[in-house]
Amino acid sequence: MEDEKHLENFQNYVDAEKKIEPKDWMPEAYRKTLIRQISQHAHSEVVGMLPEANWITRAPSLRRKVILLAKVQDEAGHGLYLYSAAETLGADRQMLVEQLLDGTAKYSSIFNYPTVTWADMGAIGWLVDGAAIMNQVMLTRTSYGPYARAMVRICKEESFHQRQGYEAITALAQGSPEQKEMAQDALNRWWWPSLMMFGPTDDNSPNSQQSMKWKIKRKSNDELRQEFVDRTVGQAEAIGLTIPDPDLKWNEETGHYEFGEINWDEFYNVIKGNGPCNRERLKARNEAHDNGEWVREAANAYAKKKKSKAA
Amino acid sequence: MTKEEALLEYCIRLGDDSLILGHRLSEWCGHGPILEEDIAMTNIALDLVGQSRTLLTYAGEVEGKGRGEDDLAYMRSEREFKNALLTEQPNGHFGDTMARQFYFSAYYYFFLQELVNSKDETLAAFAEKSLKEVTYHLRHSSEWVIRLGDGTEESHQKIQESLENLWRYTGELFMTDEVSDMLAKEGIGVDLTQVKQKWDERVKQVLEQATLTLPEGTWMAEGGRKGVHTEHLGYILSDLQYLQRSYPGLKW
Repeated sequence: MEDEKHLENFQNYVDAEKKIEPKDWMPEAYRKTLIRQISQHAHSEVVGMLPEANWITRAPSLRRKVILLAKVQDEAGHGLYLYSAAETLGADRQMLVEQLLDGTAKYSSIFNYPTVTWADMGAIGWLVDGAAIMNQVMLTRTSYGPYARAMVRICKEESFHQRQGYEAITALAQGSPEQKEMAQDALNRWWWPSLMMFGPTDDNSPNSQQSMKWKIKRKSNDELRQEFVDRTVGQAEAIGLTIPDPDLKWNEETGHYEFGEINWDEFYNVIKGNGPCNRERLKARNEAHDNGEWVREAANAYAKKKKSKAA
Repeated sequence: MTKEEALLEYCIRLGDDSLILGHRLSEWCGHGPILEEDIAMTNIALDLVGQSRTLLTYAGEVEGKGRGEDDLAYMRSEREFKNALLTEQPNGHFGDTMARQFYFSAYYYFFLQELVNSKDETLAAFAEKSLKEVTYHLRHSSEWVIRLGDGTEESHQKIQESLENLWRYTGELFMTDEVSDMLAKEGIGVDLTQVKQKWDERVKQVLEQATLTLPEGTWMAEGGRKGVHTEHLGYILSDLQYLQRSYPGLKW
């Protein structure tokens, strides 16, 4: 019963900065938006394991290896919390996973780029986790209680990852000429895709307005992107790396950096499935799922046997 | 052979077991049958690589030539690695990985139970810390052997075959030589015959519970402790050591 009165009460409740909890009444569109957003976030964590897992066996020191292992493990953990948060809205984890596997659900496009050198592990931690945090810190204040609480925990771990990534790329930037070149090359390749992580510009983001009204989102794509640029430029300078944008300049008046035009053709192309690794990522997820089917069947069969014995 | 030489060799063997098995498990990362297992296998890999860091660091100290954990992990070649052949066997399917893990963790669990009494304080402290981790590794892999054994017909067949295929690599875990004998006598190392007895009992018990048949083969492969490996190790090292070998002497 979505009559005016329900909607009005809901909006007042949200406006009063109160959290919506699973059993509270909510508009169907609010529920749908959240399920879509939270599950996309969960899928991103899970697919995001792949480009980093790519370098675990080749990490250049045992210390770097355990840091990377722990990071990828955290991501799997984030995937789990987020699927659970989506389940509080009545979604079914298995169904959500099916949507990822058949390509109908989206995940963050950044993970469709390849990790071609070790320096990419530093760049991902620094830039990709750095960009993700901008968004996630905002989401710790999102109007849906379970999502906000999951984000608090996730943010703590993500900011740790961001620092580790920056530390890893700093080691390279201050290392040998080859290492420095590796670091700069990684920044060149990851910079623009990282800016794309915030999504289309505000005037091309039709769903954003409703999400802002419901306080699912609290800052626009462009605001978050600007915050990220402002914060990151100094970090690059501090370690002697150059942001690959000839138009980048400090604007004294606004107190912000101006930056060049994002290649939106590339952005929409990667979303459509034409990124360098879209097919590989989905193939890897599907293979893991298919190869694991007999294992899941066995676990279910065993659990059933145990249950009937106990009964 | 001096006591120090034996101790060095002992630490290298133990460190290599953890490093190579941890490496194998880390290959699963992102490809597990369910997300919970991705977490579990990564967790075990983390424990094992962590253990190898402690042991290789200690090996470097015992050796006294200034080599650290990374020198030992990244700059030794195939014939210098002393891990048991079991630990380098490929992941195969999930059942193969769990069978390998179960055989190894059952051995390591009882091994560490003895090593906590070592007269060498570093090894005793290492054993105490690692025992907590390995207790979980053994529980986790035992539960999977039981689930797969007593799950579906397909899983029963698969895990039975995995256990049969890897059986020939279990004997080496308990083989003794000058190194292990000397250290056992000194109260530094572990008496492997006791470990073997407990391992036999535990394996038999878990397989029974899993409705599986205990493999019967008596021929056992060996070579790892002497640095003569299966063909798989070279490929592991080419991944593991690639960056350090391509850019020698750099800090990462």
